[in-house]
Amino acid sequence: MPEYPTFEYDVLVIGAGGAGLRAAIEASAAGVRVGLICKSLLGKAHTVMAEGGIAAALSTTDSRDNWKVHFADTMRGGQYINNWRMAELHAKEAPACVRELEAWGAVFDRTTDGKILQRNFGGHKFPRLAHVGDRTGLEMIRTLQDHGIHQGIEVHMECTVVSLLKDGERVAGAFGYERERGHFLLFKAKAIVLATGGVGRAYKITSNSWEYTGDGQALAYNAGADLQDMEFVQFHPTGMIWPPSVAGILVTEGVRGEGGVLRNSVGKRFMFDDIPDAYKAQTADNELEGWEYCQGNKTARRPPELLTRDHVARCIMREVKAGRGSPHGGVYLDIAWIKEKLPNAAEHIKRKLPSMYHQFKQLADIDITTTPMEVGPTTHYIMGGVRVHAETQMSTVPGLFAAGECGAGLHGANRLGGNSLSDLLVFGKRAGRYAAEFAKQHPPGRINEDQLQSVARWALQPFERGALRESNAEGPYRIQHELQDKMQDLVGIVRTEAEMMRALDEITSLRERASRVGVEGNREYNTGWHTALDLANLLTVSEAITRAAIERKESRGGHFREDYPDKVKNVGELNIVIRRGRDGEMQIVREKIPEMPGELKQVIEEQR
Amino acid sequence: MSGANASPIGRSHQEMTPVTFQVWRGSRGEGQFAKYTTEISEGMVVLDAIHKIQAEQANDLGVRWNCKAGKCGSCSAEINGMPRLMCMTRMNELPAGKPVIIEPMKSFPHIRDLVTDVSWNFEVKKKIKKFKPRPPDNPDGSWRVFQEDVDRVQEFRKCIECFLCQDVCHVLREHQLHKEFIGPRFFVYAAALEMHPLDIENRVEELAKAKGIGYCNITKCCTAVCPENIKITDNAIIPLKERVVDELYNPIRRLFRIFKSKEG
Repeated sequence: MPEYPTFEYDVLVIGAGGAGLRAAIEASAAGVRVGLICKSLLGKAHTVMAEGGIAAALSTTDSRDNWKVHFADTMRGGQYINNWRMAELHAKEAPACVRELEAWGAVFDRTTDGKILQRNFGGHKFPRLAHVGDRTGLEMIRTLQDHGIHQGIEVHMECTVVSLLKDGERVAGAFGYERERGHFLLFKAKAIVLATGGVGRAYKITSNSWEYTGDGQALAYNAGADLQDMEFVQFHPTGMIWPPSVAGILVTEGVRGEGGVLRNSVGKRFMFDDIPDAYKAQTADNELEGWEYCQGNKTARRPPELLTRDHVARCIMREVKAGRGSPHGGVYLDIAWIKEKLPNAAEHIKRKLPSMYHQFKQLADIDITTTPMEVGPTTHYIMGGVRVHAETQMSTVPGLFAAGECGAGLHGANRLGGNSLSDLLVFGKRAGRYAAEFAKQHPPGRINEDQLQSVARWALQPFERGALRESNAEGPYRIQHELQDKMQDLVGIVRTEAEMMRALDEITSLRERASRVGVEGNREYNTGWHTALDLANLLTVSEAITRAAIERKESRGGHFREDYPDKVKNVGELNIVIRRGRDGEMQIVREKIPEMPGELKQVIEEQR
Repeated sequence: MSGANASPIGRSHQEMTPVTFQVWRGSRGEGQFAKYTTEISEGMVVLDAIHKIQAEQANDLGVRWNCKAGKCGSCSAEINGMPRLMCMTRMNELPAGKPVIIEPMKSFPHIRDLVTDVSWNFEVKKKIKKFKPRPPDNPDGSWRVFQEDVDRVQEFRKCIECFLCQDVCHVLREHQLHKEFIGPRFFVYAAALEMHPLDIENRVEELAKAKGIGYCNITKCCTAVCPENIKITDNAIIPLKERVVDELYNPIRRLFRIFKSKEG
């Protein structure tokens, strides 16, 4: 058999965004040997795109905040199918994780009395997001990166894992390739942490970059781990929509936190028209109160623009469908109006939202201090992912952990803005700690040579087909684009049984076409080849999303069914779990959510 | 076929104009320009055109990119000879009717097509002494720091590590002094640490000696190409140069150091 360059670690972390870096730092601090794989260069992962902030009940800006309020907000936002233990740990541990970042050099915006400043965000009762202007994600990833490089972690940049390797039930390593030369690499590891992020590339309009092809979810699924809540995809209500080439790029919720409002083509603030019952008590019923909330008036309730993302996205779709949309099929997001309220409003906007100012100026020729932005929903985040143990983050496969977006549980049916960055810190840290512990308690697994060979053969097949120029060979980009079109149209924000059944047929035929994909050129930095290999993961997660969405016959959070538009109590007591059956077919299992302990129920009651 | 979600976003009719591109193709420094013509529509940036060429004409075209929104600093290249981010360069700001020339960055070893080996930058960073905070001011491990104390550091921390400043800097580009000089990016990094209100480490001596700050002769090319508009020369490099002069070459301080080292 060919010899592959081989690396041996106690803990291998796959993915180097916030969760992966935090896991690697924690594992290496526990004294084990750590390898970290990034699909791109270090520090470029999607965490840099996070704008608004890190949600943590530091209570520096509003002293009424505490973990209980954060916990209740997270559960309400997730419509109570969250893993309540994860939501509890998250709310309790997030503040210390933010302070830890400060101790590693992060420079947050400050309150007038010298503390970390927190900002308002959708679904959070109090100002809770520690932030740096609108580039918090960059601050976070850079802080973790600059701390991590002094920890003795070995970093493999521009490297993609194609398959996990198992020894019996447990995980034993990973097999992948480096982009530069296209050489295969073998990683032996006692424990593996998946931190590969999301699945946005399954959709046409997305805020995600090329990397987010559901790698972690698909690797785990193929290794026999359970996936959970895959039907819950978050469509962020405000993505750019014009010009077409920038469609999908995120417009931070921070714009609304700073007082930005949504209007339709006739100039109406339509968000006042539909405020869900669960949020009536805490939502402003007039424009003045909403503005005062954004200005820090503690007796005011928050404006309806700051309702949860799933709801805001649907309201935007409703306006567009009713013919009250903007010229390019979205609605208007207006921050410029605050000049009626504030002197020096233009300067204020540039200081609070510098990247948004920059982004619109440069990409759309729009000055957001004078002109409303055109926005529409964009695929942003998946709440579902690898099913993990709340405390250790271990999946159902021994030695395989998952953290951050590729894990599931914390966010339930809908994630609150700002809860992602805190998720990465809290559960990245936990995954790192418990992966290190697992590695200390277990000997290395044995690598199955046959598995290695078959993966290597499979990965090179696109070249064989490309070289032969087989008449029926398909280009990888075309299949990817078609999949994105189908998922966008048939398994998007509004879903029906009939369309999703059609999506399953489409996925089956695309899978067949993907097996004939051919690429040209050699193995050096060949993006066509990389796209061809990523297709397998994209198809797996697309099927999982679709099957789970068909199974959940109700509407909840990010999952909206036109044919079942209401919440159904007994369906809301279940998580939908997906695993690979013995025959290789996808199995759907309904798992009852364990009952919440009395003290947490009481917290939720108190915060109603 | 259109589902419940069929939206007009990105699907409206648009004017298309053919534009010719000369893209550097090849491997490890060997190569030539390849000519591609593709249709450009309103609002497209150079990276969109490259992706279109990649999807339709050259599947294996090597290009590095991520966020496509000027936030990650991956898609650095030289467009008509200027170091720029491909994702933030709009087609309509380039001269119409002329071919667009796209080349990889020149200060780093070439890998393939538009991709260069920037690993040297990551090695340089590791050798700069890490952040070392003073003990916390409060029992919960936090500090009291005011906005005016962090304003200037926040400017430096906007850096997206696109390395365009490294690419344009003549000390690296023409003189290839990668072993003696860390380049503008890492002076910005060092300045962010040195001017951090909590940091108590001293990096002045290493900046003067191992990091080669003296090689910079303030031509401000780095500032001119920075996509984050960081005033690299004025706000980072010049103040660091002043600290070097003040701490290492100020005669009174030198005397003080000699006494101090004798005591130790």
